[in-house]
Amino acid sequence: MKKRNLYSLLVVLASILIFVTACGQEEKEVLNILNYDIYIDKSLLNQFEIENNVTIKYDTYSTPEEMYIKAKAGASNYDLIISSEYMIERMINEGMVNKLNFENIPNYNFIGEEFKNQPYDPNNEYAVPYFWGTLGILYNKNTVDVSSKSWEILWDKNHDQRIIMMDSQRDSFAAALRLLGYSLNTVNEQELDEAKELLLKQKPLVMAYITDGAPDIMINEEADMALVWSGEAVSAMEENENLDFVIPKEGSNIWIDAMFIPATTKNQTLSEKFIDFLCSKESTLRNIDEVWYSTVHTDAIKEVDEELLNNEAFNIPAEDINNMEMFRDPKEFIDLYSSRWTEVMAQEAN
Amino acid sequence: MVKKYLSRIYMAIIFIFLYSPIIVLAIYSFNESKSRGNWTGFSFKWYLELFQDRDIKMALYYTVSIALISAIISTILGTAAAIGINSMKGKIKSIILNINYLPVVNPDIVTGIALMILYISLNIKLGFNTMLISHIIFNTPYVILSILPKLRQLDTHMTEAAMDLGATPMYALRKVIIPEIKPGIITGFLMAFTLSIDDFIISYFTKGEGVTNLSIVIYSMARRGVRPTINALSTIMLTVVLLLMIIVNNRSNAIEKSK
Amino acid sequence: MKDRTKYFSYPYIVWMTIFIILPSFLVLLYSITSKESNGITTINFTLENYKLFFDPMYINILFDSMTLAAISTLICLILGYPAAYIISTSNISKRNTLLFLCILPMWMNMLLRTYAWMTILGNNGLINNFLEMIGFQKVNLLYTRGATVMGMVYNFIPFMILPIYTALSKMDIGLIEAADDLGADKKTIFRKIILPLSMPGVISGIIMVFMPAVSTFIIPQLLGGNKNMMIGNLIEKLFILNGDWNFGSAISIIMMIIILISMSIMNKFDVDKEGGARLW
Repeated sequence: MKKRNLYSLLVVLASILIFVTACGQEEKEVLNILNYDIYIDKSLLNQFEIENNVTIKYDTYSTPEEMYIKAKAGASNYDLIISSEYMIERMINEGMVNKLNFENIPNYNFIGEEFKNQPYDPNNEYAVPYFWGTLGILYNKNTVDVSSKSWEILWDKNHDQRIIMMDSQRDSFAAALRLLGYSLNTVNEQELDEAKELLLKQKPLVMAYITDGAPDIMINEEADMALVWSGEAVSAMEENENLDFVIPKEGSNIWIDAMFIPATTKNQTLSEKFIDFLCSKESTLRNIDEVWYSTVHTDAIKEVDEELLNNEAFNIPAEDINNMEMFRDPKEFIDLYSSRWTEVMAQEAN
Repeated sequence: MVKKYLSRIYMAIIFIFLYSPIIVLAIYSFNESKSRGNWTGFSFKWYLELFQDRDIKMALYYTVSIALISAIISTILGTAAAIGINSMKGKIKSIILNINYLPVVNPDIVTGIALMILYISLNIKLGFNTMLISHIIFNTPYVILSILPKLRQLDTHMTEAAMDLGATPMYALRKVIIPEIKPGIITGFLMAFTLSIDDFIISYFTKGEGVTNLSIVIYSMARRGVRPTINALSTIMLTVVLLLMIIVNNRSNAIEKSK
Repeated sequence: MKDRTKYFSYPYIVWMTIFIILPSFLVLLYSITSKESNGITTINFTLENYKLFFDPMYINILFDSMTLAAISTLICLILGYPAAYIISTSNISKRNTLLFLCILPMWMNMLLRTYAWMTILGNNGLINNFLEMIGFQKVNLLYTRGATVMGMVYNFIPFMILPIYTALSKMDIGLIEAADDLGADKKTIFRKIILPLSMPGVISGIIMVFMPAVSTFIIPQLLGGNKNMMIGNLIEKLFILNGDWNFGSAISIIMMIIILISMSIMNKFDVDKEGGARLW
């Protein structure tokens, strides 16, 4: 009796095993995608899978630095990556990016001219813009006075333990460097050290350093303000009308996230097809509804509803843009950014 | 009498501490509202949403298949190793046992980064295979450690008697040793399975393109804040673990009684 | 028979060599080479990575991790010892259930156990809502050191209760009865008999709580808001974000050494030499 039990257990396990492995072994083409967390309408993945009879393996990361390490490690074969311009610039310089065949991406024509010929890809050979946006402060109108319109708000002692910062080195330094009046691409060690001191001074006031989690905390009014990317601000403002977004007068960062095909790809044509798919008007509109960032699509923007167009975190005013800088690859100076940021994070809080 | 009450109250407090977070989590998985502050009504909608989430579905598939395959392989590998180690002697035995102990005592994060370095140095593509191998690596020592005590209790005369009566060593192994250490093997298997389902840190460092497990998904969701879908997922996972534990517990109780 | 079955372990010995010894060796190798080393031809050996760790900033992180882990361990001990004692003195039918209830949370996903506290400690969480309801001010609970300690205690307390219980349940009741007969009062019995006999369990418990607590990176991240970096966070950051394997490996080696020293201390005290692995 006992023995029979054991055998039946084994049979059950074996059949589950066979079932499980059988499920995974449908011979389909595979597309390995690496993207920021919460940065696509996932039903688009399903749709592309069905329409093209392929399997998409979708992986996420939270900061460009993390993506770079993942792609660089050599033990990965991503077919398509979506990331920020300065990291793409670095990877292009290091020969990690394939040139695109734009004949396979007819929808590229819908990308606004102002997003093309940017310094990270000056001849439009390697990357296709995905979304763009800026960095600013999401705040609660009832508790925060932003009349100064300055980055200094993030250093306001009245909001002790009510400030959320990002655990992302370039973005946190951007705020500090611009407050000091320096370029957010500085390669001057002294300027970077000043910014580090400023961030250290802010640390006792900070509630938490989180990437991606700020909107949720702000919607629940558990903090007064947060350093966020513009789309995060829009998503939070959609849920809680007490929230608003300000781009400080000292200037901020304007960024473009783009899709590119890393040299590790095994399926360039399929990846290009996917890029084209994401550049279609329909995909773009669905993505806007999910991620709330500003679109690069010249046709899609016409169909965005009035309310969203009136939101300055989505439709970023031209006078603010004039005062913005795009991140550039600081080359070997990147190690200094990393180590200074590690020092900020390593400092004891209280 | 007073002492008895005091100890009851104390245990009650400990259990409230241990279980209230889990219960709160489970209760809020049925809350209709997204925000955790207020209760707006009973609903299964987060469960429905959960089953539509492709990340979670994928993660569930990988978690279960890796747990099953790794538990089976490490049980076979571990049983053979335990039988072998048991018949070794002296220094070699203690060296092997100590190395076997390393993944148990090493912090998971060190095991994780060490394996990541290994795979990348050997140019092994990170993905399903690396995660599976890693799980076998940290499961097997537990299997061995749960079988060894049973082997030590084994009556060597029985094997010898069987062989005197004409049994081949293989036959003796199959008919005498394996049945005797079966409880250890099953415990080892279940332990490997549970450890694998639960693992986060080692998987986090050894995963590759599109291959995640539930722990990793929970981690990336939890970083974004509190989500009712995680609550729903927790409730399901807790129920499964509870059932599994009750089965294991009944088994070991039954074994204890039969002794 | 015995000689032949020895070969059964050979596959596993090969396996261990590739997947346990080799990776450890690689970590060691990375820790003593400089970042500029490219491939085998140009390895530069250096102790720079270890030297770097002795920068006050990093020593501070180590010290801080050890303090937080020690506080959590102490709280686990204070809370866990009486629980283990009560379980070991209750009658057999109850004992198994009580023990089962103490171990059960250990088998639930650690991330979920940690996540659960996010919902409870948040500014709009259960505790703060309750405080507000009874007319108190809300307090910052989440994203503090206290929250980190809380998370550790919650996650690791079963590791304390279990070994102490095992030690206590092995104790010879006759000893206590004899002491009682000889007129010792309860305090003396506890101090002179129960406590010394449960010491092996206490020591295993301390090590088993301290080890995972000192190396965790999830708890300070999710409950501590990333404000107080622990040694685990530093390792994770160096590997995942900065790509600095050399320094990261050096820290891992230092952590391994700390753990191995603790383990050897534990082995000295642990009578039956099974301590760490006895989870079931």
